[in-house]
Amino acid sequence: QRVTVAVLDRLEHLALGDFRDAEGVERLQEAIRFADQLHEVNTDGVEPMDSVLEDRCLYLREDDVTEGNCTNELLKNAREKVEEYFVAPPGNIPLPKLEERDSFLQSS
Amino acid sequence: ALKRRTRLQVSAALKEGRVTPTELCQRCLSLIKSTKFLNAYITVAEETALKQAEESEKRYRRGQPLGVLDGIPVAVKDNFNTAGIETTCASNMLKGYISPYNATVVQKLLDQGAVLLGKTNLDEFAMGSGSTDGVFGPVRNPWSYSRQYKEKSVPESHSEDEECNWVVTGGSSGGSAAAVASFTSFAALGSDTGGSTRNPAAHCGVVGLKPTYGLISRHGLIPLVNSMDVPGILTRCVDDAAVVLGSLAGHDPKDSTTIQDNFEPFELPNLTDVSKLSIGIPKEYHAPGLSSEIQALWSKAADLFKNAGAKVTEVSLPHTPYSIVCYHVLCTAEVASNMARFDGLEYGHRSDLNKSTESMYAATRREGFNDVVRGRILSGNYFLLKQNYENYFVKAQKVRRLIANDFVKVFRSGVDILLTPTTLSDAVPYMEFIKEDNRTRSAQDDILTQAANMAGLPAINVPAALSERGLPIGLQFIGRSFQEKQLLTVAKWFEKQVQFPVIQLEEVKRHDHNALQHQKSASFS
Repeated sequence: QRVTVAVLDRLEHLALGDFRDAEGVERLQEAIRFADQLHEVNTDGVEPMDSVLEDRCLYLREDDVTEGNCTNELLKNAREKVEEYFVAPPGNIPLPKLEERDSFLQSS
Repeated sequence: ALKRRTRLQVSAALKEGRVTPTELCQRCLSLIKSTKFLNAYITVAEETALKQAEESEKRYRRGQPLGVLDGIPVAVKDNFNTAGIETTCASNMLKGYISPYNATVVQKLLDQGAVLLGKTNLDEFAMGSGSTDGVFGPVRNPWSYSRQYKEKSVPESHSEDEECNWVVTGGSSGGSAAAVASFTSFAALGSDTGGSTRNPAAHCGVVGLKPTYGLISRHGLIPLVNSMDVPGILTRCVDDAAVVLGSLAGHDPKDSTTIQDNFEPFELPNLTDVSKLSIGIPKEYHAPGLSSEIQALWSKAADLFKNAGAKVTEVSLPHTPYSIVCYHVLCTAEVASNMARFDGLEYGHRSDLNKSTESMYAATRREGFNDVVRGRILSGNYFLLKQNYENYFVKAQKVRRLIANDFVKVFRSGVDILLTPTTLSDAVPYMEFIKEDNRTRSAQDDILTQAANMAGLPAINVPAALSERGLPIGLQFIGRSFQEKQLLTVAKWFEKQVQFPVIQLEEVKRHDHNALQHQKSASFS
């Protein structure tokens, strides 16, 4: 089954990445074909494994402030900033729909 | 020449004053310059390295070195944060990014007095098995310029042929492996998620250690797959790897996935009696595509242990063929999540597009990531879609447990160490390597190394012999969780038996006369 354009579009939205060309789409199809081999394995009654350290307790630090006050350090790497703020373009504007977007998927 | 020695030998020289840290540092820096064509380094931190060397020298003069790593030049893969030094992950996304902090492992090395020479080249964001897909270009395997390789190549090798014939380092920690193999550093840090330290170690003829997951802190290592990543150690001999491990291992409050058990650094015993050892040979590692040469070497190694009195048995890890598929799903899924932090807002590349946050993020990521990275992010998101989550992501997690259990069963049956090949073949010429795409290559090349990451087990590549083409072939030992001492002890015994040849590099004469003079003055004792 080929992945539908609707799903490809959804992926571009979720990943905020683009398929760029037919090769990109084919790469995904290949990846799915490759992953489908997993279904040959019988996993009845098997619990999913999150971490190899599942038998141990995680260590959490005490909730004490021991470092910080490095505003200048952190702002150094940002391109757009004003005083102590990172500057972002306006939010709450959804990505344009496929028909209005500059995406390879439009032609497919 | 002094720089060809191992860290152990150099440490002694430093202590006895036969060479000073600044001399050592300068020689390594000049060798880096003369081997620039290898493209092993992205950033050379010349000024800071010399300063560190000076500080080390003061300590030695006072008779108070910090430890065995004091004054030792090291290199760090460019996906570890290094304060004040650019950290790029070989990607446009982080070009110009100056880390505000040191990764824990980097800090630990510096605290021991090590001299940080620079950041080494890799595949973009550590995704790849050739160190060919970074924005700074591919890394060349130093063995491409060795007498051993040239002797075995087509007779008329003039410089043109050399340009076409050079072989890859393997990856993704190719720069680190090349740095150690070409003597520009005594030890290097790599990272290992699917084999990224062991693979280039095998192709470059150096020792590559992947420690147990949870032993060494990942704080400051730019993450790929949080549940599998580990910092890797590359050195010229097993003893050196043990020393570096000793300085890096241990609980880090900043990385909650490091275990809290007390870690005691150890010196490796000189094993003479292997009769109590049980070596397992997993039959599924006779993978399709395994070269007959490596197969024979593997067999020879098994016999070596048998003849020395060890118990050598064939074992089975039945889910091995699915390991690479499982990895593919889990890796892309975790990558999709980990790469989400790159949006241009707080650090890294930012697009000029300013219409909305979403469109700025999208443009930034379009401009900053290469095809490989974008491809994995998109695949990962596919497997994480609600309609696919159970069938792919959770399924892969279940298969992961089966793979980990395979190892548990084998170790429970009395086997101490597993012996397997590290790679399917020796290093491939670059021109041939790039004919296949990154994902295909990774799937092929990671097959033998990847399962150890699934199960979180320690594994090490030890250079074993030269191939018919005059290139290094390594063999892999996989041990029980947190049993690095046993693993390294066995690896050291094997290293002693095989006496892997030293690389005979000739490029210095051809490329830089100054360096040759340095070479001459460097040979003493």
